[in-house]
Amino acid sequence: MATSSRLTVSQSDSPRVVIVGAGPAGTRCAETLLAAGIKPILIDENRRDGGQIYRRQPEGFKRDYPALYGTEAAKARDLHESFDRLRGQIDYRPDTLAWNLTAGQLCCVNQGLHTVVDYDALMLCAGATDRLMPIKGWQLAGTYSLGGSQIALKSQSVSIGSRVVFMGSGPLLYLVASQYVKAGADVAAVLDTSPFSKRIGAMPNLLARPGLLFNGMKLLAQLYRAKVPVHLGVKPEEILGDEQEGVSAVRVQLANGNTLTVPCDALALGYHLRPETQLADLAGCGLRFDEVSGQWVLAVDEEGRTSVKGVYAAGDGAKIRGADAAEQAGRLAALALLEDLGKPVSRQLVDDVRKSLVVMDRFRVGLAEAFPWPAAQAAALPDDAIVCRCEMISAGELRGVVREKGACEVNRAKAFSRVGMGRCQGRYCSQAGAEVIAAESGVPVEKVGRQRGQAPVKPLSMYTDEVVS
Amino acid sequence: MRQPKVDVLIVGGGFMGSASAFFLRQRGRSVTLLERDVVGQYASGVNFGNVRRQGRHLGQLELSNRSWALWKRLPELIGEDLEFLPSGHMRVCYREDEIPDLEAYAAAPEARELDLKVYAGKELHQRFPFLGADVKGGSYAPHDGHANPRLAAPAFARAAIRAGARVEERTEVANVEKVGNVFEVTTTDGRIFTADQLLITAGAWAQKLSAQFGEPVPLDTFGPQMSVTEPVPYALPTVIGVYTKIPHEVIYFRQIARGNIVIGGGVRTKPDMINRRAHVDPHSTINQIQQMRRLLPGIGNLNIIRVWSGIESYTPDSLPVIGPSGKVDGLFYAFGFCGHGFQLGPGVGDVMAELISTGSTSTSISDFDIRRFAIVTEHASKAS
Repeated sequence: MATSSRLTVSQSDSPRVVIVGAGPAGTRCAETLLAAGIKPILIDENRRDGGQIYRRQPEGFKRDYPALYGTEAAKARDLHESFDRLRGQIDYRPDTLAWNLTAGQLCCVNQGLHTVVDYDALMLCAGATDRLMPIKGWQLAGTYSLGGSQIALKSQSVSIGSRVVFMGSGPLLYLVASQYVKAGADVAAVLDTSPFSKRIGAMPNLLARPGLLFNGMKLLAQLYRAKVPVHLGVKPEEILGDEQEGVSAVRVQLANGNTLTVPCDALALGYHLRPETQLADLAGCGLRFDEVSGQWVLAVDEEGRTSVKGVYAAGDGAKIRGADAAEQAGRLAALALLEDLGKPVSRQLVDDVRKSLVVMDRFRVGLAEAFPWPAAQAAALPDDAIVCRCEMISAGELRGVVREKGACEVNRAKAFSRVGMGRCQGRYCSQAGAEVIAAESGVPVEKVGRQRGQAPVKPLSMYTDEVVS
Repeated sequence: MRQPKVDVLIVGGGFMGSASAFFLRQRGRSVTLLERDVVGQYASGVNFGNVRRQGRHLGQLELSNRSWALWKRLPELIGEDLEFLPSGHMRVCYREDEIPDLEAYAAAPEARELDLKVYAGKELHQRFPFLGADVKGGSYAPHDGHANPRLAAPAFARAAIRAGARVEERTEVANVEKVGNVFEVTTTDGRIFTADQLLITAGAWAQKLSAQFGEPVPLDTFGPQMSVTEPVPYALPTVIGVYTKIPHEVIYFRQIARGNIVIGGGVRTKPDMINRRAHVDPHSTINQIQQMRRLLPGIGNLNIIRVWSGIESYTPDSLPVIGPSGKVDGLFYAFGFCGHGFQLGPGVGDVMAELISTGSTSTSISDFDIRRFAIVTEHASKAS
């Protein structure tokens, strides 16, 4: 980590700082920098600020804060108002995709135009996406991620189906299900792969934030009041349906061993979150395998410095701790940068922010214990289940390249099988793919490697034109 | 740890090394192949996948023809087809005054087997209606095609192993020398591999080894610039490449049967030889997008979903090094393929096996002799 070394900039009086992501982390990062006299460039892929959890509805939509954000309404309003105050004072570039980078240059596309943005420091606040586990039939139309189903509701006030099942594990499962109930949707069932016993075991860590724990219980109570069947400790077996009509039902094995088939026309899946690390990976930042969540995450120090000088990360893209922690981490990364630039920084402030994150970190561990990633599910996938939906590659085909071609490393298996080669760039299949490879080869999952990041971070339109400056 | 002596030791598990191992086994030679990483990772695994004869140096076509015959027989030889599609190759140009170059090439006696046909004007756009209006002429090679480079070297290595070869991956060579009549190759893990004959097929790293035998080659390294779109219905069987002297105009593409369009070309980058990684220059991708819209205007609705690069080696005269050492008996080379080695892979393997086993080859490879650099090096040293 570059903790001790100072950051040198091309124009020392006005360092060029680029923030990627206008969610809770990016907003607080921008605010902290601005307060110190640095005017950052803020790049965001969305049309409006707020990120995912505090996603703002399109201009002209008139739902109020409680309707949109429930228990988080006050925080959402506070963040949006902070952003609105900043907006005129920073170089804010919405609807802009940072698709690639080189040392000192971020490559961006906005409405079909390509621009290169020079930076001395890069603050990656790229957030997270759903962590998905394949299930036989998940390629059928009507299968969504939890995050996707939430965006449909929050952004456009639309339900993903007329009878919806929520399946997976993690806090988002209950949050989105209850948001659907509240919006008047027909929620057919909530199917959680984590057994009740895990929640008891996680209680000591979850009690780090009793307020959040209480909110979680309230969500569950809302679901019970609405008579939504909630099953814990289920084993997902298959999403039923056909190519013409899409999803018609989901079949699981209940904790008591019985089989349950729930008719539905849409399904939202998710197992908590995975960090968006592509830009950091392309920048050469180190990653490490996080034992708690069982996935690769960015290697950052406590204040958000990555292994590459001048590149910082905050929010769920650095460590999955939720929105409150993201706001604090955004502030902290900004303070770290200011310190590295040799600017005066209040040590007290840094310590206070760090301290607040310790509690959130304990809660993060509690969540991982309560809603564990069901690695064994990948190993148990039937051979005909699709692992990579972009390229339509089955678990059997992936196992075949491990067995017959000796591909016990994920990039090798990708080269031979195409798992992770499609337009999602392995976001939604590479973790489960790694579990399949690990199980088939008998190598621990942290030893089978991780898919190397490849540009573009998101698909790049062939209509893109270079801006001649 | 001295390993049992074999007939032939091969250093470098790219396409050339793997194919040589396979064909040497066909001739009954005992073979060990040493690869520092895993087989087929660098130039062999990341190239465009052109199985193209037209446009090559005319003196290379005899070797290329021999290779083409082997590409056709892959399922019978190694049990896999490497997704080889002999779907035709079109070399197009943007200027009227470049058409005579294409015609001259098509008329050359060496190119006879390629059955080239030069198209221009209305006939060209009727036959290839998807090409942009800037395209003025083109030379069509009906028998050329494309294949999947990621599969090639590993498939040959597996076939070689099945045929009795020993392939040692993650085995890095520290030193090579000839002691008496025996080649001794010491690896970084302390093993000593020995053989009567030694073949160096180490691509961008080969010249470090050839220099140890007093035969340095001025080898340069570059990273190809590749990208691929999402899949769309298969409609473009012909591989298309632009013939031009302007570097940023160089662009070529192929659609694979499952629908993705693979694109290559533009200005190559310098790889990071310490970490052995090569990156695509973002400006290359943007340039490719623009060049592709010029060549294939209908592509505008697609997206680039992935880009990649790799490490290729280049010689000053753009010709590879293939053949025996000029200084040491029993030593052979096949490296420096300058970004156009993929099609040659099976042919080079077959030729090297013939040369190593019999002392000569029926295919002319004299243009690729390593001694051509000895003259340059001697001149350079006299000058300095």
